[in-house]
Amino acid sequence: MSALTAFYIGLYYVAAIILIGGLAYRVYEYASTPAPLNIPTTPAPITKTGVRFRMFREVVFFESLFKSNKWIWIFGYLFHVGLALVLLRHIRYFQEPVWFWVEFIQPFGMYASLAMVAGLAGLWARRFLVDRVRYISTPSDHLMLALLIAIGLSGMMMTFVAHTDIIALKTFALGLVTFDWQPLPSDGPLLVHLFLVALLMIIFPISKLLHVPGVFFSPTRNQVDNPRERRHLAPWAAALDKDNG
Amino acid sequence: MAAAQFEVPKLSDTAYTKVPKIQEGSMAHVKTFPAAQPTQDFLGYPFELGDDWKERVIDRMGQTLKKYRSLRVFMDACVHCGACTDKCHYFLGTADPNNMPVARQDLMRKIYRRYFTLPGKIAPWLVGAEDLTKDTLNQWFTYYHQCSECRRCSVYCPYGIDTAEITMAGREILNYAGMGQKYSSEILNKVQKIGNNLGLPGPALEDTLLGLEEDIEADTGVAVKMPLDVKGAEIMLVTPSADFFSEPHVESLIGYAKVFHAAGASWTLSSHASEAGNFGLFNGNYETMRNVAMRIRDAALELGVKRIIVGECGHAWRVAYAFWNTLTGIGYGGNDPFSIELQSKLDPRYKQPMHICEYTWDLIEQGVLKFDKSLNDHRTVTFHDSCNVARGSRMGDEPGGQFTIPRNIIRAVVNNYQDMAEETIGESTFCCGGGGGVLTDDLIEARVKGALPRMNAYNAVAQENGVNFLALICAICKAQFTKVVPYYGFDMSQVGGVHQLVSTAIKLEQD
Repeated sequence: MSALTAFYIGLYYVAAIILIGGLAYRVYEYASTPAPLNIPTTPAPITKTGVRFRMFREVVFFESLFKSNKWIWIFGYLFHVGLALVLLRHIRYFQEPVWFWVEFIQPFGMYASLAMVAGLAGLWARRFLVDRVRYISTPSDHLMLALLIAIGLSGMMMTFVAHTDIIALKTFALGLVTFDWQPLPSDGPLLVHLFLVALLMIIFPISKLLHVPGVFFSPTRNQVDNPRERRHLAPWAAALDKDNG
Repeated sequence: MAAAQFEVPKLSDTAYTKVPKIQEGSMAHVKTFPAAQPTQDFLGYPFELGDDWKERVIDRMGQTLKKYRSLRVFMDACVHCGACTDKCHYFLGTADPNNMPVARQDLMRKIYRRYFTLPGKIAPWLVGAEDLTKDTLNQWFTYYHQCSECRRCSVYCPYGIDTAEITMAGREILNYAGMGQKYSSEILNKVQKIGNNLGLPGPALEDTLLGLEEDIEADTGVAVKMPLDVKGAEIMLVTPSADFFSEPHVESLIGYAKVFHAAGASWTLSSHASEAGNFGLFNGNYETMRNVAMRIRDAALELGVKRIIVGECGHAWRVAYAFWNTLTGIGYGGNDPFSIELQSKLDPRYKQPMHICEYTWDLIEQGVLKFDKSLNDHRTVTFHDSCNVARGSRMGDEPGGQFTIPRNIIRAVVNNYQDMAEETIGESTFCCGGGGGVLTDDLIEARVKGALPRMNAYNAVAQENGVNFLALICAICKAQFTKVVPYYGFDMSQVGGVHQLVSTAIKLEQD
């Protein structure tokens, strides 16, 4: 096994552990921090089913963002839907035989990468063109967009310009998940693409990408509007009742 | 009105407020007065920064992050997308970028990142993390008191980040470090020592109510009563103390009394709970908010009432509707001895607590109340959705009842009604500019400028539809608009309560 292959194998195991372990830890943190008061942004659903529907609209359609700003919604939606399709398209590298629907979306996934990069470019342009957004942008905001665009472009290079050895890559990827390690093709764009993806996985649990688990734990969105019918009481707050008795 | 020491924004030609170009530091000079030692002593806070101020700030921040999921998630989830940047009335009215919700949050987030996250510890320059300094605290003090905690930004954030939660946490940390706000600190003293925010003692309240009874009888020929501390009354009305003293608030109090009279209800006010408002909400201290709310529970138990109804007050209704059950057991569903003690006294056929608008609308629907709408014909009315009612509470059984029920009442008592522009009402309503502990003269510049988006929307219906009455269900809105509309060329008599309109039109039977 070449040093290069060994490095990437190690990198991906480390990245996967950090991504999964880090996210699991964050989810544990969010879930175990009490929400002592009922604070849904109203009008809010008055049943749990209603809350699930609200959350579905929020996560699948970006409902609040749509209300807020059509440009951010368009760019953000292009990016996220594009990314979702591209990720689904990548499932084929980790299975043999490939599921029918993964086969089916392959051509859509190709064009989705264009939408994804276009959306990212739009979001980045806003960081320069809109004075309010320029004011709040930090270096990490710019770098995150640069990273995602670089991942998208390096991937598109292999799809549209210089094909990499897909068979060998798939053998490598399957080897990773079955612990039967195989050599990695040493194409420039592929190495860049894989390195940046691993980097993204590593910074996920310590960056603003935490909006992904965060949205599910947002009390203004995930609480039922029923405070007159149900007594919401955090453990630390319940202790106060005992004192008053 | 004293001559303004600042430039009053110009009203626009439409209902909408143009998004300004940012002007850094344009509101940095507007600072609320700091709280003094006696009132801070009572609340258990230092009144100045001690040697250990830094440790105290970080310490309190760490504790708050562990106690409130909202703060914990909101600190992490923001992606700086910018969706909220043009949603705050204070930003629209002042152009100060620190009044953009995300920037207001970032004042805390930069400290969170520096002391509580790995990237902020190793590469602060990369992620906008900063060391905690006295300048930081001064910025917090300035801009966390230019936020009315109205939650408009939370409607538009794709993750539901609510700046109010961060402002509340910021004020609590400031208090804990020794930088309290005079206005809120004094009010939280008065309400706990005397029983209401205005510091009106029981005997004075009794006198006031007797005087009002005489006025009503002289006006209408009907002996409408305003009972105080009546044991065994069925209903206890808890209302903001401004209703006893201030114009136009008192007109709504008269309205409630007439409604109770017409319905033949057995009701009482309480001198112990002579305040619906709860400034504990604004400062983000659960224990203080609970202590203030406990007065209501205690009064209900002492008087033995079966129903609790809340008068026109926005943040009070949020606390009552959304938090009283949690804080004091006023409501249903609690299985603990603390809750059961109260629940066994309350009448389970009714919502507890109930908003006065829910009560009045029920009576109207039942046909109990009779009106002569023409008595309001000199008015063309619009309704301002108060922020805490709109985005932090509900009325009735359906989501959005907080919008329909007050409008239904108004339409039942006036002939001329016109809503303001869609994007400025309902869940999108603009705050009056004086909520959340900002209703103090030392912040008048923020209050006047922050009222701009509402004033533009009001001006549009005033010009196009001849609207001349801004109907409200919030004591803070009433006080704020009474003070602020003259800056924009309107007469303060155009400001009043929903139950003031009810009071004008209601027909009372001669005894």
